[in-house]
Amino acid sequence: METTTPIHDTPAITPRPRIADGLMRLLRAREAALVILIILIGVALQIITGRFLTVPNLNAISLGFATSAIMIFGMTAALASGGFDLSVGSVFALGGVSVATALHAGLPIPLAILIGLGVGVVAGLINGLLITRAHINPFITTLGMMGIARGTSLAITEGTIVAGLPQEYFVWGQGKTLEIPNLILIALGIILIGDFLMRRSSLLRQIYYVGGNEEAARLSGINVQRVKLGVYTLSGFLAALAGVLSVSRFTVGDPGAGSGEELRIIAACIIGGCSLQGGKGTVIGGLFGLIFVGFINNGLILLRVPVYWQQLSMGIVLILAVGFDTFSQRWQMRSRGKKSE
Amino acid sequence: MTLVLDAVGITKEFPGTRALNNVHLDLRAGEIHAVMGENGAGKSTLMKILAGIDYPNSGEIRFQGQPVQLTSPREALMLGIAIVHQELSLVPPLTVAENIFPGRLPVNRFGLVRYGMLFEQAQAALDKLNIAVDPRALVSQLSVAQQQLVEIAKALSYNCKVLILDEPTSALTDSEANLLLGFLKRLTQEGVGILYISHKINEVFAAADRVTVLRDGEYVGTESIAEITPDHVIRMMVGRELGDLYPPRSEKRGGVLLEVRNLRLPNQTARNSFQLYEGEILGIAGLLGSGRSELARAIFGVDPKTEGEILLQGRTLHIQNPQQAIRYGLGYLPEDRKIAGLFLEMSVKLNIEAATIPEVSHYGLVSAAKERALAEQYVGMLNISTPSVEQEVRRLSGGNQQKALVARWLSINPKILIVDEPTRGIDVGAKKEIHFLLRELAHKGVGVIMISSELPEILGMSDRILVMHEGSIAAEYASKTVTEEEIIRSASNS
Repeated sequence: METTTPIHDTPAITPRPRIADGLMRLLRAREAALVILIILIGVALQIITGRFLTVPNLNAISLGFATSAIMIFGMTAALASGGFDLSVGSVFALGGVSVATALHAGLPIPLAILIGLGVGVVAGLINGLLITRAHINPFITTLGMMGIARGTSLAITEGTIVAGLPQEYFVWGQGKTLEIPNLILIALGIILIGDFLMRRSSLLRQIYYVGGNEEAARLSGINVQRVKLGVYTLSGFLAALAGVLSVSRFTVGDPGAGSGEELRIIAACIIGGCSLQGGKGTVIGGLFGLIFVGFINNGLILLRVPVYWQQLSMGIVLILAVGFDTFSQRWQMRSRGKKSE
Repeated sequence: MTLVLDAVGITKEFPGTRALNNVHLDLRAGEIHAVMGENGAGKSTLMKILAGIDYPNSGEIRFQGQPVQLTSPREALMLGIAIVHQELSLVPPLTVAENIFPGRLPVNRFGLVRYGMLFEQAQAALDKLNIAVDPRALVSQLSVAQQQLVEIAKALSYNCKVLILDEPTSALTDSEANLLLGFLKRLTQEGVGILYISHKINEVFAAADRVTVLRDGEYVGTESIAEITPDHVIRMMVGRELGDLYPPRSEKRGGVLLEVRNLRLPNQTARNSFQLYEGEILGIAGLLGSGRSELARAIFGVDPKTEGEILLQGRTLHIQNPQQAIRYGLGYLPEDRKIAGLFLEMSVKLNIEAATIPEVSHYGLVSAAKERALAEQYVGMLNISTPSVEQEVRRLSGGNQQKALVARWLSINPKILIVDEPTRGIDVGAKKEIHFLLRELAHKGVGVIMISSELPEILGMSDRILVMHEGSIAAEYASKTVTEEEIIRSASNS
């Protein structure tokens, strides 16, 4: 059955159900390595601090991840297509500020949410159109959108926090279902659906072809422009969704929210197996990357390392992860010898 | 005359093929020495070895009588052997002067470039060669011919004794080519020896002193141009048995499958019309840049055609992009499989199904069982040698990579398959398999258009042959009656 397919395969190298073969590939996959590292760090922190693996601590960490995790799906898609989206942090803020402002103005909750999400879709669509129609590269386009979305958030709110929102709105971000915070359930749902679709949906699979070799994808009858347009729209939508949920959790719309988030998410995706060259990466890998970095940061806090060191640790982890990958690839190439000329 | 360069018994093996076998070449000071042979004859490999880019497996190279080991292009350059590649290696946004002296810019003691001196040096280098190009001009503003000259000036600025030119005139107009040849003649008076690779036989006879011919990596002979005729050289290049590399042709031919009317290619004035019949293999020959690939790409909707009509079984097609072409049942195997064909980092399976994703899907979800079955079916049918369909395609040999690409197009069940250089750079075994496969497709009624630079392949495979020259169809032949000589003449318009 489909559900027996191991969760750690990547579309590029889908493992076979033959157990030994599958296990070998599993161990080679980036996700598996990350899971092992995450478990090791968790156990180590538990032994050292004695209070890492507690429900409140894990709950707090997961809540901290939740909104970022939602954006992982969009960023994985963007990276797999051979681009990236630098505007997610700002669109996150813009989505939040939009929904907060709408609620503040007394609009009904569903309509306000729709406005917040719509703003994200529009931002993503503009990114996509600029990249596919005007042929401006993703770096410049999304860097521009990063400024535009942030600026718009600040302009709408005149730089202040939007508070005084209706209580009923907070059920999404603060409520619990079966003792599990709703926010975590939503994020987990999006991650799992996203991961499944990136692996199995014939529509989203085209993203890997586009990122793998754009010209070959075009000649194979894949509508490269439409795929890219879809990718950036998806990313914008998910960033706004994360922003909308964040307002529900923190009860205010903050135009400065999500600053620097884009780089954190790109880093997590790359640690999780994405490549800036495109063509590979999984959503679940990105989540593991996020958890991995989060665990390290949380551990540093528990170990009472000053908070300033967190960014440094993140930087080192990113370079080590990518460095290790490059190194192992070159080693593989060399061991294959000078066959190709 | 003294020998500047003398290569003896050069053998070079690549996995699966022997590119050069015991090849000789000697170059005298002050001569233009043409190197001729068909594609795959080993000319470029030999030039790369002489320029230090590739190493031979065995053989000896002597430079001015001294045995040398050329282990890098830099080493060859320092000795005085410079190569100008077919694709120019200039940096377009920089000035001519900066391009002539890359890595050797004159600097002051702070490490800053002394532009005044640089331009003077460049001017001197250009003057010496009588090249009328402003050293301050940007390379991107120059014509291709001027760029070619700058490239040569760059090579000669190393005081080289040997200049290797790989098809220098392939991108030039006739008058530009004549200027270049005149220039090379003057250069020989200073004692430089020039190795000149070319496909253009009349050019060789106009400019060269001697010619060495290679065929299938073997040395055929070296002759003085004054003592032989073009026909002789062509016979030296061709002389081989077709053997059973090619399947027997079919006797029957169906109705008109595809009709192309008045098709004009971008940046060309000529209009082209031709027909493709059911069950036919239509070969398209022509020199590099003659518009063969452009024609294929225009039909397949890759680059927009400027004007013209395409009819499939009498019905007008409106093809704006490859997607539509595929929907009509057209397939296109591009010329460069690594750049435009394969997803190198992806599996054999994903490569095969790239054009057929909907067919292995159910309700928008790819079925793992179906995609696997599809891939395994074609891996078996085409005899693709791979440990599993999950293997990354870049780990396969060239022949198997090409077969995986062919599999992608077979899986769409094409009515028409256009293949551009279907057997370039693959070993003889895989070549034969692909040939038989194309013929089998034709037997099933598929119309096959085959573009190839290898004349034996064109002659061995095609039922009919179109020869292109400068964007238009210059001649049509029935392959049973035509000779390679005739095709070469039509292609070079001589």
